[in-house]
Amino acid sequence: MAEREQKKKTQTQRESEELHEEVQAKNESAEKLKADLDDLLDEIDEVLEENAEEFVRNYVQKGGQ
Amino acid sequence: MAIAKVCGIETEYGISVLGSPDANPISVSSVLINAYVSEVAGRVGWDFETESPGNDARGFSFEAPGNAEMETHLVNTVLTNGARLYVDHAHPEYSSPECISPKQALLYDKAGEEVLRRAMKASKRFMPPGQEIVVYKNNSDRKGNSYGCHENYMMDRAVPFAKIVKQLTPFFVTRQIFCGAGKLGTEILGSQGEVSFQLSQRADFFEEEVGLETTLKRPIINTRDEPHADATRFRRLHVILGDANLSEFSTFLKLASTAVVLSMIEDGVLDDVELQICSPVQALRKVSCDPGLKVTVDTTDGRSMTALEIQWSYLEMAKKYFEREGIPTVGTSEEVAVLLGLWENTLSQLEEDPMLLRQRLDWVAKLNLIQGYKERHSLGWNDPKLAAIDLQYHDIRPEKSLALRAGLETLLDSKDVDMAVFEPPKETRAYFRGKCLEKFGESIAAANWDSLIFDTGKDPLRRVPMMDPLKGTFDHVDGLIQSSNSALELLEGLGA
Repeated sequence: MAEREQKKKTQTQRESEELHEEVQAKNESAEKLKADLDDLLDEIDEVLEENAEEFVRNYVQKGGQ
Repeated sequence: MAIAKVCGIETEYGISVLGSPDANPISVSSVLINAYVSEVAGRVGWDFETESPGNDARGFSFEAPGNAEMETHLVNTVLTNGARLYVDHAHPEYSSPECISPKQALLYDKAGEEVLRRAMKASKRFMPPGQEIVVYKNNSDRKGNSYGCHENYMMDRAVPFAKIVKQLTPFFVTRQIFCGAGKLGTEILGSQGEVSFQLSQRADFFEEEVGLETTLKRPIINTRDEPHADATRFRRLHVILGDANLSEFSTFLKLASTAVVLSMIEDGVLDDVELQICSPVQALRKVSCDPGLKVTVDTTDGRSMTALEIQWSYLEMAKKYFEREGIPTVGTSEEVAVLLGLWENTLSQLEEDPMLLRQRLDWVAKLNLIQGYKERHSLGWNDPKLAAIDLQYHDIRPEKSLALRAGLETLLDSKDVDMAVFEPPKETRAYFRGKCLEKFGESIAAANWDSLIFDTGKDPLRRVPMMDPLKGTFDHVDGLIQSSNSALELLEGLGA
């Protein structure tokens, strides 16, 4: 019985560790995502047409198909 | 019986001139294409010194290279990769060669972007100081003017057109959830302010369910009947609904899923399926205006379905069809298994959270950039900076392209793209067209999709018809082209 309890505990423990790792991995990937997006937005700030309003206004096309 | 889904994409690119916003787009498009032709022609070794450059030998016209006073009348070029590059409706247009599979059509669509990039570079020496031609792969100027990105698929002439319309429309209304290129706001007058972001660039411009028009009152299914092949056997389904995609996944999924659905229609797989959307045009716009993918559309049998549910139903039928018959019209069974897996994976992720696909699908990538930028700088949806991001996503210059910075995953090897700029597909008649232009360009008076016209100097012009897109392949003609020392020898060998 005690042995079984022990076994069960270990399993629960293992599961909780796995869960913890999973949550940690998720947090890490969320952080990485945010960092990636931040880098991307920095880059957009660098390359975006300087006068956005004028750029958008001047972009006029003739209709096509 | 389903036939091989020979396919291709034709794209009208947006064009503008930095430093000269009022430049005439027709002249500028001509300069762009002429500049490319003069540069590329050099590359394949044509001798301009001994040619009369105005004689339209390869289907284009230009003055001697190096002459800054270029001819600017409408140009129409055929490239050695089998594609057509020309000026259409005030836009530079690249029509890919006929491709044997969706993957190959993706390759030649990307090669087209590369052609336009090289053309921009080549055009610099023909532009006054301070002016530069810039090309955009998009479908609207955000002011109500739209230009197209059309797909073409070979179909069996025996399939009634009405059946195609009926069975294809629900698929077309909903496929934008993976192949929309995304758009900030709407261009429908009176609705501005009501829509923050759309899946599709083009949905605003569609007013009919079926029709012949392509420039106004655009229909979801276009009836243009111009097969460019034996009209008794083939139909070319001309699809005007799609967006110009930058993402390789979006382009591939668009072509692959459509080719599979068309094969199912040809094989009668959808004949007993009751799935009709009540008002397809309204449904198209409704789906486009809902990036959350929750909106439902009504079906004629009284159901309300989301775009995802409709796509799932097509996919489930495609999977069963694949298990039963393999779908060899779209590729080998390995290739088809991959594309069906990708389609399924995409729908699953869209269902879970569309943002999971920000590195795969254009509309998601664009929305991610716009949302992130909006939050960082606390901007309103109507801020011109966000509109600028929308446009600049499609700028194909590497130093400016936002699509390139969005971290999009790829499916192609860039070496293959570089090769496809010059080399035609081996499995269709594009091979004959491209290789003849490369080797016997000076003897070709005119080139078209379904024929080449030779001028050998002494006889009357001789026309070689190419009425079957699956003839004139590498296997059929390469030996003969290699062994012929002149166009005359080639024609004799062909028995033409």
